[in-house]
Amino acid sequence: MPSNDAAPKGRAARSSSIDWRTVVVNIAIPLAGMLIALTIGAILLVFLNVNPFDAYAVLMGGAFGSWTGLAQALVKATPLLLVGLGICIAFRASVINIGGEGQIIAGALMAAWWPLQFRSWPGWLLISTTLIMGFLAGSIWGFIPGLLKARLKVNEILSTVMMNSIAAQLMNLLIRGPLIDPAGVAAGTYLAQSERLPANAWLPRLVPQTLLNAGAIVAVILAVVVYIFLWRTTIGYRIRAVGLNPDASRYAGINVPFYQALSLTLAGGFAGLAGVVEVLGVQHRLLEGITGGYGFTGIVAALFGGLHPLGAIPASILFGGLLVGADKMQRAVQVPSSLITAILGLVVLFVVGSSIWSKRWAARRKIEAVKESEAAG
Amino acid sequence: MNQVFTLGAIVGILTSAIRLATPYLYAGIGEAFAQSSGVVNLGVDGIMLISAFSAFYVVLNTGNLWLGLLTAILVGLVMGLLMSLISVTLKAEQGISGIGLHMFGLGLSSLLFNVLVGTVKTITGFPSIKIPLLGDIPIVGEIFFNHSILVYGAFLLVPVAWWILDKTSWGLRIKSVGQNPAAADSLGVSVDRTRYISVCIGAMLAGVAGASLSISLLDLFQDNLTAGMGFIAVALVYFGGWKPLGIMGGALLFSTVNAFQLWMQVLGVNIPSDVAVMLPYLLTIAALAVTVNRARQPAALNKPFERGES
Repeated sequence: MPSNDAAPKGRAARSSSIDWRTVVVNIAIPLAGMLIALTIGAILLVFLNVNPFDAYAVLMGGAFGSWTGLAQALVKATPLLLVGLGICIAFRASVINIGGEGQIIAGALMAAWWPLQFRSWPGWLLISTTLIMGFLAGSIWGFIPGLLKARLKVNEILSTVMMNSIAAQLMNLLIRGPLIDPAGVAAGTYLAQSERLPANAWLPRLVPQTLLNAGAIVAVILAVVVYIFLWRTTIGYRIRAVGLNPDASRYAGINVPFYQALSLTLAGGFAGLAGVVEVLGVQHRLLEGITGGYGFTGIVAALFGGLHPLGAIPASILFGGLLVGADKMQRAVQVPSSLITAILGLVVLFVVGSSIWSKRWAARRKIEAVKESEAAG
Repeated sequence: MNQVFTLGAIVGILTSAIRLATPYLYAGIGEAFAQSSGVVNLGVDGIMLISAFSAFYVVLNTGNLWLGLLTAILVGLVMGLLMSLISVTLKAEQGISGIGLHMFGLGLSSLLFNVLVGTVKTITGFPSIKIPLLGDIPIVGEIFFNHSILVYGAFLLVPVAWWILDKTSWGLRIKSVGQNPAAADSLGVSVDRTRYISVCIGAMLAGVAGASLSISLLDLFQDNLTAGMGFIAVALVYFGGWKPLGIMGGALLFSTVNAFQLWMQVLGVNIPSDVAVMLPYLLTIAALAVTVNRARQPAALNKPFERGES
């Protein structure tokens, strides 16, 4: 992880300019990991008697071969980016949030309930309050493991995984009970889904005949906000300091547990927003499988984007595209879309495994920079 | 409610509790080996899934249960080597690489199941073996001494693991690498090799845990068969204070709650099943919160070792 905070004042001017060679290294390494993962996937396909070239042609062409495909990719990229932004905040504080799935559900539950209570409100008010309430719902789901970590040192990886299962069961309970669609009850089908939301709560669609909605714009704006938050505010600086070196942060008077809990709470909020956008922008109601695995894939997108909010944007589009392609691959060449889950797992392994080389590169650049500055002055 | 507390129901609940503790015991004790050496392997659930499928598939096609078990162990070993490569040799952040391993196992097992099998099929798993004499004792015999070989094996593993970790020089070497890798290294213990071996033992036991589900307890495979059991097993290691006996206590607590919950559903006791299904997860969080004996945590847990850094 490149950092330019530690640079002494005299070098500030140069260290704030972008070190392009480091940028290239940080982009090339994850891409290489991706290629290896895809190669292993191809070998698997050969064993399963599928022509890997056919399968991958559908996988890539599905999203990036047509405008509607691209729109679908962006629809899936939106929740990935929102979850990924939260992951950037949490992982930067060295807090590993695996609870995206549960936090998405918390936000989605709020989005399925809140607009029904205030049907008569104008759209802008209804949508903006739902976004805020969904953020709050998700952040509560992140705050609980955050508090447990801060106060009782409960391992957040395990507690967030458990919170996922609890949220999933809670949703099953609610969409079959209190939140069940009255239309389904009247028709006797009892479908496990919530009532369709009034149209004034829907996020505007950006491209006709596609599901692409204003949520995508919200997500990109928030990516910039998170970037400013992490790199230009004191709280963001402290969150990163806690992640880089908790001991040094403690000696510097930073309340480490507080910032860890805060980062987990914020991460939950962003995942909650992903749930809101899925409900208000895509489904217009809450139904089973609303999370679409975004809680996990968002982690992959954030890691792939170098845990940088702006890097997460192209990474989310890439993985959104892979998810769209995987669905098409399942239909066209009968390769189950779970192939993509396996490939994503390998991508995670190779990206974190290859961080040793980015770290070595960063160390080498630091030595070079010191030598240069000695030579210069 | 009354019918829950009849003798038959209580014997039924306790018998299932002993059975259901099996995967937690194998996976949890395996994880204790990995964590004692300083490596948190969060991919246990993924290893269990892919091993459960492998064992199931081999048994489905050959009918040979032992071959199925052996396959599960070998698959576990391969996954363990992958985890070690990433987190020991390449010194990656262990929590994240474990999640990667989990996703890989989840996706691969589902892919192979859907392509190679397609629909849920059942097989004939390891039969129950009644232990002579002991098995004839009323009630006690039924609860404890009428299980499949993998269930007995899980409980035998407890003293064996305790003996290895606490009483052999090899076990002490594992713990020294987990407590103070720099000191162990200076005494000539290979930190990396010890961690590789410990992670692989853990992964092979996670493989047995997966097989115990698919070819002994449930006798079938389906997508995401484990439903997060592997993560609960990792939590049990913290709960049990890195001691096999403590892990067994946790495993039995869990399996009893689970068995109780299942019986409530079978008996149609009127609590929503979703609330009942939430119980194990709520219990895990509560268990982690009340476990305060963190002093026993391996000091170098979750920390990659690099010579010259301390």
